[in-house]
Amino acid sequence: MSFVSVRGLDKHFPVRGAGWLSRRNRPAPVVRAVDGISFDIDRGRTLGLVGESGCGKSTVARCVTRLLAPSAGTIRIGDKQLDRLEGEPLRAARRDVQMVFQDPLAALNPRMSVERAVSEPLRLHTTLSPAEQRERVREILTEVGLRTDVMGRYPHELSGGQRQRVNIARALACAPSFVVLDEPTSALDVSLRARVILMLEELRERLGLTYLFISHDLATVKYLAQRVVVMYLGTVVEEADTDELFAHPRHPYTRALLAAVPVPDPKVRGEPFVLSGEIPSPLERHEGCPLRSRCPMASAICAQPVVPREVSPGHVVACHFA
Amino acid sequence: MSALLEVEDLSVEFATDDGMVSAVDGVTLSAKAGEILGIVGESGSGKSVLISAILRLVRPPGRIVSGRLRFEGNDLLALPEAELEAIRGARIALVPQTPRTSLNPLMTVGRQVERLLRLHRGMDKRAAREAAIAMLERVRIPDPKRRAGQYAHELSGGMCQRVMIAMALATEPRLLLADEPTTGLDVSIGARILELLRQLGEESGAAIILVTHDLGVVAQTCHRVAVMHAGQLSELAGVDELFERPLHPYTRALVRSIPRIDQQIALQPIAGAVPSLVNVRSGCRYVRRCPDALAACRRQRPPLIAAANGRRVACHAVEQSNVVR
Repeated sequence: MSFVSVRGLDKHFPVRGAGWLSRRNRPAPVVRAVDGISFDIDRGRTLGLVGESGCGKSTVARCVTRLLAPSAGTIRIGDKQLDRLEGEPLRAARRDVQMVFQDPLAALNPRMSVERAVSEPLRLHTTLSPAEQRERVREILTEVGLRTDVMGRYPHELSGGQRQRVNIARALACAPSFVVLDEPTSALDVSLRARVILMLEELRERLGLTYLFISHDLATVKYLAQRVVVMYLGTVVEEADTDELFAHPRHPYTRALLAAVPVPDPKVRGEPFVLSGEIPSPLERHEGCPLRSRCPMASAICAQPVVPREVSPGHVVACHFA
Repeated sequence: MSALLEVEDLSVEFATDDGMVSAVDGVTLSAKAGEILGIVGESGSGKSVLISAILRLVRPPGRIVSGRLRFEGNDLLALPEAELEAIRGARIALVPQTPRTSLNPLMTVGRQVERLLRLHRGMDKRAAREAAIAMLERVRIPDPKRRAGQYAHELSGGMCQRVMIAMALATEPRLLLADEPTTGLDVSIGARILELLRQLGEESGAAIILVTHDLGVVAQTCHRVAVMHAGQLSELAGVDELFERPLHPYTRALVRSIPRIDQQIALQPIAGAVPSLVNVRSGCRYVRRCPDALAACRRQRPPLIAAANGRRVACHAVEQSNVVR
């Protein structure tokens, strides 16, 4: 059985300000930020979640960690049914589910020292004495490759790489089993990025962590994830094991995404595969394939709802032509 | 073919409370008409300061302390401010890193392009309005008439960057400086912006200097590449040669430090961090991160050695024989 299981996850946001103009007998307009997403992650593995801005990947992250309450669907992590928990049981369950955010500076309280920031989850979730907490902070900082003399420093005194390490240390302080990484390397410089990628991989192996790795950087996803889910406009368009997805992308959106990645070798020229226009507003959703207004392969059948299909073992595609 | 822009031994310093910061140190490079020159390096390598210096827009406490800047035969550093105004924004244009914040939020994007045309090309209101819409169309903005009447906040990031490119091109510049033009954009939008720059460069015959930290962007977009580290030029080469045989240890380290989509590589982060540029001593600034460092590297700054095909490399550890094939 998989360690993390998400089924039929929906997150709809009501649109503010649209009320007085819309007709009264119509239902209030909603943005379907996440619309019926399902995925599984095996224990100790990394699932990559990719897609462009506005596809709903960060909303998925926030629902899975229950920072947002999902509109519908189930979220099971280990033996806990997160979608059903509220109050104290939810707070207790969060000890096992942690998150690392994209902007390492914004994610840290500027008025908290490194020691306080990293020990905060320990104060909330454990019964360790202050001396024990301090010992654990030292241990976890060493684990993420920081020297313990940063403990008294404040976020503005740290480099970008150090800040993200503090965020990772904070997420790992309570020894969680599942970590959601929302673009953890995007704000980092090239040389730091490589180090954080290697560190995340090493920590996963050594501590037996399970990751949901969210990124728009396909090369990093390829490096870290064993399985990949591709999202577009709140839905999953393709899902496969990493090697299979990168070798045989079947959905036009995945193909366009892969074709757009600039390869650091002038001799490798990818086949151009370009979608027209830009991502439409999630308010303007229609029936049928969400990509059809931009897809070069689109035809009349694409106005019909798409049923995801398994094209080869473990490779699922939501496209009429797959 | 002679160079459009020649940067010679250019140095920029910033006076700070902690001491003198040497942001650009003796950089020499040139850009020819019709080519795209990439400038690549980590944050703090001096890429953006170099761009400001080319526009002579380094502000106090920063100062261009030495070097020469020649553009279309003019000595930019000697030119009076009034004459420079006629070049800056007209003959040399800039596409900035943050398109949305570079646009005026209180003015429609069309009007911003119009103002530029009236200022630099002396058009009347009507002609400027028509030309502005034509410019927006040229950068492939769909429905340009409607878009011209919109404000920056009503456009997507990719659309804002297209408007910035339209503004940069409105004066038919000979040199276009693009500072991380795709950073912060989605990959597919970024790819289209780069394709647009490449096409417009070809059409207009202008030289483009493209600043980026992304080696993929360099490989797919540029003709020649300058690699910078801590304010110094490490290596300058044609894009094919650079990726086929990177000579400078820093270039080699950069190439190995990024995960790749086209092949499996063993990721190797670059050792250490970009050094502090406050009160730097003589010698190569890469020495403390370099696996090939020699005793000479600490004492003496490596000279820029010339190699075949106009290639240049600044490294004591690179053998002369290795350079001249």
